Amino acid sequence: MSEHHIVSPKIYFTIFGILMICTFLTVAAAEVDLNRYFSGLNIIVALTIAVFKASLVVLFFMHGKYSPKRTQLVIIASVFWLAIMLFMTMSDYVTRPWS
Amino acid sequence: MSTTPAAVNQMPREHYLNATYGIRSWLLTTDHKRIALLYLASVTFFFFIGGAFATMIRIHLLTPKGLLVTPETYNKLFTMHGVAMIFFFLIPSIPAVLGNFLLPIMIGAKDLAFPKINLLSWYIYLVGGCFVLYSFSTGGLDTGWTFYTPLSSVYSNSAVTPAVLGVFINGFSSILTGLNFIVTVHTMRAPGMTWFRLPLFVWAQYATSIIFILGTPVIAITLLLAGMERMFHLGFFNPQLGGDPILFQHLFWFYSHPAVYIMILPAMGVISEIIPTFARKPIFGYSFIAGSSIAIAVIGFFVWAHHMFLTGESTYAALTFSLLSYLVAIPSAVKVFNWASTLYKGSISYDTPMLYALGFIGLFLIGGLTGLFLACLGLDIHLHDTYFVIAHFHYIMVGGAVMGYVGGLHYWWPKITGKLYPEFLARVAAVTLFLGFNLTFFPQFILGYLGMPRRYASYPPEFQVLNVMSTAGASILALGYLLPMIYLTWSMRYGAVAGPNPWPATGLEWQTASPPLTENFDVTPEVTWEPYDFDNRPDLGLDVKGAPSLAHGTD
Amino acid sequence: MHRTGELYEQYRTMEQQRETASLGMWIFLSTEVLFFGGLFMTYTLNRSTYPDIFSEASKTIKLSWGAINTVVLIGSSLTMAMAVWASQAGRKKALTWFLIATLVLGTVFLGIKSIEYHDKYVEHHIPGWNFQFEPGADAATNAHTQLFFSLYFGMTGLHALHMIIGAGLLIWLVKESVKGRFTPEYNTPVENIGLYWHFVDIVWIFLFPLLYLIDRH
Repeated sequence: MSEHHIVSPKIYFTIFGILMICTFLTVAAAEVDLNRYFSGLNIIVALTIAVFKASLVVLFFMHGKYSPKRTQLVIIASVFWLAIMLFMTMSDYVTRPWS
Repeated sequence: MSTTPAAVNQMPREHYLNATYGIRSWLLTTDHKRIALLYLASVTFFFFIGGAFATMIRIHLLTPKGLLVTPETYNKLFTMHGVAMIFFFLIPSIPAVLGNFLLPIMIGAKDLAFPKINLLSWYIYLVGGCFVLYSFSTGGLDTGWTFYTPLSSVYSNSAVTPAVLGVFINGFSSILTGLNFIVTVHTMRAPGMTWFRLPLFVWAQYATSIIFILGTPVIAITLLLAGMERMFHLGFFNPQLGGDPILFQHLFWFYSHPAVYIMILPAMGVISEIIPTFARKPIFGYSFIAGSSIAIAVIGFFVWAHHMFLTGESTYAALTFSLLSYLVAIPSAVKVFNWASTLYKGSISYDTPMLYALGFIGLFLIGGLTGLFLACLGLDIHLHDTYFVIAHFHYIMVGGAVMGYVGGLHYWWPKITGKLYPEFLARVAAVTLFLGFNLTFFPQFILGYLGMPRRYASYPPEFQVLNVMSTAGASILALGYLLPMIYLTWSMRYGAVAGPNPWPATGLEWQTASPPLTENFDVTPEVTWEPYDFDNRPDLGLDVKGAPSLAHGTD
Repeated sequence: MHRTGELYEQYRTMEQQRETASLGMWIFLSTEVLFFGGLFMTYTLNRSTYPDIFSEASKTIKLSWGAINTVVLIGSSLTMAMAVWASQAGRKKALTWFLIATLVLGTVFLGIKSIEYHDKYVEHHIPGWNFQFEPGADAATNAHTQLFFSLYFGMTGLHALHMIIGAGLLIWLVKESVKGRFTPEYNTPVENIGLYWHFVDIVWIFLFPLLYLIDRH
């Protein structure tokens, strides 16, 4: 059940364009002090843009959108496991002051 | 292909062992069965190494002041025992030996998805092993198998760097094996071999492989960081340079806890194969056992910081990890219940593999329940770093995993070698092992409860009796291991010919010759039957309710 | 030895072989996510512990180099995706050119990285090698900023190592494509090495903001 779907070059170039815009945006956002409005907003914006860019690469350049379900499961599982490691470890540090 | 139990069996003319000759045909093989035997030889070697250190430990602990070595050397003994046993014996044992041999056959394939990568895995294992042996022989290792920082990354004067490098390299052997297994189960199944017709051994290997894939890379990078910290005086885990030793522990245990499930899940898979065969009954609750294997693999990743209750982690984290540790026991309990239910009203025969399986159930139960004691925060304050912990994990790793491995070796020995081992001697060995094991480790529960700390080279005199009992048990345990090594080797030459299906059992592997052809099957099988379906397999030559057949060779 | 494009013995059909190779590469990439993940974990903890130090230290690496490299690497992902398209469409010459373009862009990335590393060497910002953050910095500042630079070199270094391996794989791909080995029926190495290359790009997409864009205002 592999994909024989051929993604058109137009899509690749469009995605590339969006990625360039996002790169520009993330540099611009870093130059502004967003932490004034909400503590940590800078990093939140930066990571959101990065996740968005990465998703575009996975979905279109890596054909994730057109891949069989089990491939999509592999992708989701690896991200989920990384998230477990980050969140559960940080939950220890973040809650230390509460003890 | 029908088998009559007491028929005269002949070794097949050509099979994977005699298909080609010469050392190159073994060292450059891509046949999963030969690679399994290469692994058998190497893990047995490391079992001896780890066993040698265990012997020295137990002899040393015969007297309260310590009989054999200095405290510094004692630190090296338990460290090297742990590193050799965990990374180079337990973790590869069932997957790389039994898994490699059986997985393709059980699903009706000619080989794994990536046979050359399979061979590469073995060589990577050897390279890792060489680094670790180099470390052992040039100053040893005294950090504990847990490599806690900053002892390992800054202060230890032992050969940490090659050891850490060796374990790092060995990790890639595991990763490649896991990758191979997962892909194989997804894409290489024979027609008709649906997911829910897979033998439970395959489900177990699949679940184990999930852990290989997602956990091993983390310890790889962690040990790499610790090694680099040691070499370049970086500061990740060194408080003096602003680093955090607890970060090392989080990263280390993120893998090392799931690693214990790597060690037990395959053994559980073996038990799930043995019990139906020797109870002559389909396994009870097949889909629950399959699902539990996956559940253990997944939930096992959420509990790691129960190793860190006393490190100063937050109360919130401790509570969460404690609760999750209780939860992870549930799928294991489901399995034990299902095995017991399979036995109920079964037609039980006490062949050697069944003795190991029954022993496993009892010992795993004790080991697993004592894990719950340790998961309890209040109790763990007293039991942490005592012999209670040591007894707990040895009940699971030795009473569970090793018995599963040895039992599996016996169960599939006829398939692997085409020969039967001497049954009476094998039963004697199994009972010896069981008794020796309990004498070795049960006193350690009591010692831990009474407060004897682990990793100490000496102890208060009132603990001597229990320690001596434990050492005595260890000598009996050693006999229990030596006996199979002797008679299994003997049987390769002098054992009775086994025939394709000596027990008989229902899996695809028992449809092939013993030993199998290099390509496993002449014709790709088409699977139309459910697993463990003893009632609907007239080809097995069983009576209506399966009278035990004479599977044994000459005693 | 098998020639590229033959059916290996353990498979029943080319389709099975293709699916297997693809799944194998995706699973390998999932191990890489966790492998880099350990470094990201270390980064997360250290940045949350020393936010100001990280901010200060990050200012000493040139944003312009990082931004150019980001554009270069994403561009190389584009050319790699186009190479896969060319192989699927049977456009053999285009395939070779796109592969070469990817290789060139990858090399540019590594070249810029070496310039950056050299700058760090000159400024004594290489951990364990006469590290001195600033002329007047005390031991504590040195120790803490060294954490940032250890992560900088560790993360970009591991990334660069993966790129070098990727470049090697691309060289092999170029050679095979020149020999005409890849057709619409068989382009598995192009697809799978493409997956690897895109993954390396994704790692950089996260490294760039985390290392270069901490506090640029």
